Amino acid sequence: MNIIEAKKVLFEYIRRDEEGNVEGITTAVDNVDLQIKQGDFVAILGHNGSGKSTLAKHFNAILYPGEGTVWVDGMDTQTEENILPIRKEAGMVFQNPDNQIIGQIVEEDVGFGPENLGVETAQIWERVEESLKAVGMYEFRKKSPNKLSGGQKQRVSIAGVLAMHPKCIVLDEPTAMLDPNGRKEVIRAVRALNDVEGITVILITHYMEEVIHADRVFVMDKGRIEIEGTPREVFSQVEKLKALRLSVPEVTLLAYELKKAGLQLPDGILSAQELVEELKKLR
Amino acid sequence: MTEIIKEDMLIVIDHLNCIYEAGTSMEVAALRDINLVIPKGQFVGLIGHTGSGKSSLVQHLNGLLKPTSGTIYFHGQDIFDKDYNLRELRGKVGLVFQYPEHQLFEADVFSDVCFGPKNLGLDQKEVQLRAYEALKQVGMDDDYFYQSPFDLSGGQKRRVAIAGVLAMKPEVLILDEPTAGLDPKGRDEILGLIKKLQTETGMTIVLVSHSMDDVANYVDRIIVMNKGQIMLDGVPKEVFSHVQELEAVGLAAPQVTYIMHQLSQNGFPVDTTATTIAEAKEAILKALHSI
Repeated sequence: MNIIEAKKVLFEYIRRDEEGNVEGITTAVDNVDLQIKQGDFVAILGHNGSGKSTLAKHFNAILYPGEGTVWVDGMDTQTEENILPIRKEAGMVFQNPDNQIIGQIVEEDVGFGPENLGVETAQIWERVEESLKAVGMYEFRKKSPNKLSGGQKQRVSIAGVLAMHPKCIVLDEPTAMLDPNGRKEVIRAVRALNDVEGITVILITHYMEEVIHADRVFVMDKGRIEIEGTPREVFSQVEKLKALRLSVPEVTLLAYELKKAGLQLPDGILSAQELVEELKKLR
Repeated sequence: MTEIIKEDMLIVIDHLNCIYEAGTSMEVAALRDINLVIPKGQFVGLIGHTGSGKSSLVQHLNGLLKPTSGTIYFHGQDIFDKDYNLRELRGKVGLVFQYPEHQLFEADVFSDVCFGPKNLGLDQKEVQLRAYEALKQVGMDDDYFYQSPFDLSGGQKRRVAIAGVLAMKPEVLILDEPTAGLDPKGRDEILGLIKKLQTETGMTIVLVSHSMDDVANYVDRIIVMNKGQIMLDGVPKEVFSHVQELEAVGLAAPQVTYIMHQLSQNGFPVDTTATTIAEAKEAILKALHSI
């Protein structure tokens, strides 16, 4: 079962001058086909301006395709009456935690989503509790979001989406503004949602290390999907990724350099442990 | 100051303390007794997790914040002395904030870069000359000069914002998280550009970051801050050898360091102080040949 399906999706940003004449057209998403299975952990990579955020905004009907179709859980995003059900099923978390938190108290902020869906009060409290527990922020429920660190704020944002009981959660560079600790916290929380709750995760990131546990990786360039595969398949293509302004995890790069220097190593080594095991064989 | 300030000690930080909201229940010591000497031409990486005091420290360096006690000497002069010209200092100690592209505002790239030197009161010709030079220094082509800065890519916008500070011809360039939000290539480009500025113009650089991987390849010296104090200070290799202490305060050594440690634990006779991919590769090849 595909939670998200895109068929020949095209999206253009059209720049106009003051009189409304077209000044220029930028094709942000260009003829993209993709399927995401329910329950998968999917990562989207791509340099700044490659179209990954624009594509992601199609997954909960913030943007509609200019041509082609996007279905979320079988619902066409261009059909007016599907918009609310789609937003309920596919939640979105953005880069800057400060732009997403509105409540004065953590639990109030998390309750905002389900309240807007018209969920009963008693149930809202239940959802707030379970969502905060799922991201490890329950003990902060009575705190002001102002007093939290970036990583904690971002986990509150995720809990806010979670409280709407989505089937799918799209995270657009959720760790870009965080320090290493905050990054770890957020990625751990996101992986738990996928492993434990079975929620489909679509993670957009510039950090290659965050991708190694994904089920599938899509690499975008100029609005198209250039590479698609498992992390191992994708990170085996070191030179191609570099040409696309990306990189591979440091350990993968080290293994690649060692291979170029003549060592018999497989492509796409993803962890230090793997590299150690392979090097042991060469002793 | 008991010691004599020598010529090449560009910045001397002397018992600097900064307490926010002193005397209230909200009192927080952002900086505690900081003592540092930054020589001319050094590339310093200032590392610390969120809230460690690194941003507070750099904001003192160009006089944006005033210390609760202690002071800073720039070229041997006390910058918090009431007769000191702070305005002039801000031209010499250039600060590039986080997400500096949010501060772009002019209609075209060239005018935006002109804004800084224009405010220094220079004549128009000099202003334009400096803007041109600065844009060339950051590698922007002439084609972009009269475009709106808002039509540029993220990495380009950031370079224009850095050019805006360079056009003031600072002696010290301070950058707060200059690579945040950029793609890997963009990160390498910005860091390479900063390194080039240091080697070609002898500019003193202070790079604030929480990414060890970023700084490992570029800086001469790393200063690690924690809870408003200096925790470690030394060349990268020396600082990264304190892996456990770094982890305890929420920082990490470069990933290469971890790989080398794991290899060593598994009986490979490798040099665990390697911090870059190139060094690690040499160390591993050497170890394999020696077995």
